[in-house]
Amino acid sequence: MSAGSLVLNPLHSPHRYPGVLIVVEGIDGSGKSTQLKLLRRHLEAEGVGFKFTEWNSSELVKDTMKMGKKKNLLTPTTFSLLHATDFADRYYYEILPALKAGMVVLADRYVYTAFARDSVRGVEHAWVRNLYRFAAKPDLALYFKVPIDVSIDRLTSARANIKYHEAGMDLGLATNVIDSFRIFQGRVLDEYERITEEFGLQVVDAQMSIQRQQDIVRQFADKSIAAKSVRRVKA
Amino acid sequence: MTTQKRRRGLPRVEREEVTGKLLVIEGTDGVGRSTQISMLVPWIETHGHAVVLTGWNRSLLVSKLITSAKEGTLLNKVTYTLLYATDFADRLERVVIPALKAGMVVIADRYVGTAFARAGVREVDHEWMRELYSFAPKPDLTIYMRLDVDELLPRTLDRTRLNYWESGMDQHMGEDIHDSFIQYQGRLVQNYDEMAKEFGWHVVDARRTTEHTQVEIRRAVGELLGIPSERVHDRLKPLTALVDEEG
Repeated sequence: MSAGSLVLNPLHSPHRYPGVLIVVEGIDGSGKSTQLKLLRRHLEAEGVGFKFTEWNSSELVKDTMKMGKKKNLLTPTTFSLLHATDFADRYYYEILPALKAGMVVLADRYVYTAFARDSVRGVEHAWVRNLYRFAAKPDLALYFKVPIDVSIDRLTSARANIKYHEAGMDLGLATNVIDSFRIFQGRVLDEYERITEEFGLQVVDAQMSIQRQQDIVRQFADKSIAAKSVRRVKA
Repeated sequence: MTTQKRRRGLPRVEREEVTGKLLVIEGTDGVGRSTQISMLVPWIETHGHAVVLTGWNRSLLVSKLITSAKEGTLLNKVTYTLLYATDFADRLERVVIPALKAGMVVIADRYVGTAFARAGVREVDHEWMRELYSFAPKPDLTIYMRLDVDELLPRTLDRTRLNYWESGMDQHMGEDIHDSFIQYQGRLVQNYDEMAKEFGWHVVDARRTTEHTQVEIRRAVGELLGIPSERVHDRLKPLTALVDEEG
């Protein structure tokens, strides 16, 4: 396993597990979660076994993260380390076993989210990349690219409010949540541009219709799945 | 006090901002670090230096989580390592760096050496670990209290009973907890010994009496802080422990 036996950085070379790792990335309001949900329906219909996992969802650090955010105890470094702990917990107990079992893993956000957000918070690029060096390279990493104004429109119409940390309010960029979101997520977008190039993420134009995007997503996903012998369940 | 040139996980600490001294006490469980620190602190304070203490797993942010997670079987070696790194970073930003900037003497009961030793025994990737802790300021002095494992066992039993994690039971190293303790602590000592050479630690033989060890520590600390060597024998009685046991 592990951080234990790494010679090369696995994030840069294909993994050898029988399963398929599909991840979606993008800023809040890019529509990536909607697309992943629709992909789940497709896999269910096709009888493909999958495991869904979501950024910052492990029980291990949930309460600490919540308390840290509420009491404003987190610094960029501890914020980064707690997310890495959350990820490592899900990685070793969910993602890796599913890949070894020949399942499709659907990850709503992956290490690239940390690379983008932590860098904007001032954490060094090389340091945060090292932090996640134990993670497998996805078979398919889709980046939903959207202009900042479109994402703000979507978020303000669909949800009551933008969350404090989503807006990067902890950085003191602006006093107004929307202004802060625009600055913070704008910088995150710039980071995603660099990451897309560095790690070869597949860009999807998130301004297209939901159906059109989903067609593209399914084409890519089907191709990745066909390349492996994944476990099928009776449809 | 030297600092990282490059910007790491933590915001950079400028060398000129730092007027304090970072003093680290390393060593395995049960070598008597807490006793030595409780004798050292009033001695340093008597000579006019303000002292701040920090120790393993004492962060506001995650110490409770680490303690409760270790009660069960929730942790694997990577999450174990990352949670301790979070604890370390939290204390560094909240306690250590502000105190160093304020010109205080910071005494760290365990530092990166303990993280590296534990990770070494658990075969966590060496380069990954070193990079993970690359934001840690370099101590001005690291004192390594050394005890062989065959001397450590009676001392530990004298103080308490064997404990699951201190015996490395998560590593399935021996038939029973005794064998596991010997294996695990023995390998920790090996790891510490190697680092003592690599980082140039000041090694103190912890087999000697508490008072003897204290005098030896004071000599090294006195040199760092400019306390005259004839004062090392002052008030050698241990005071009530100021320091909690770490997790």
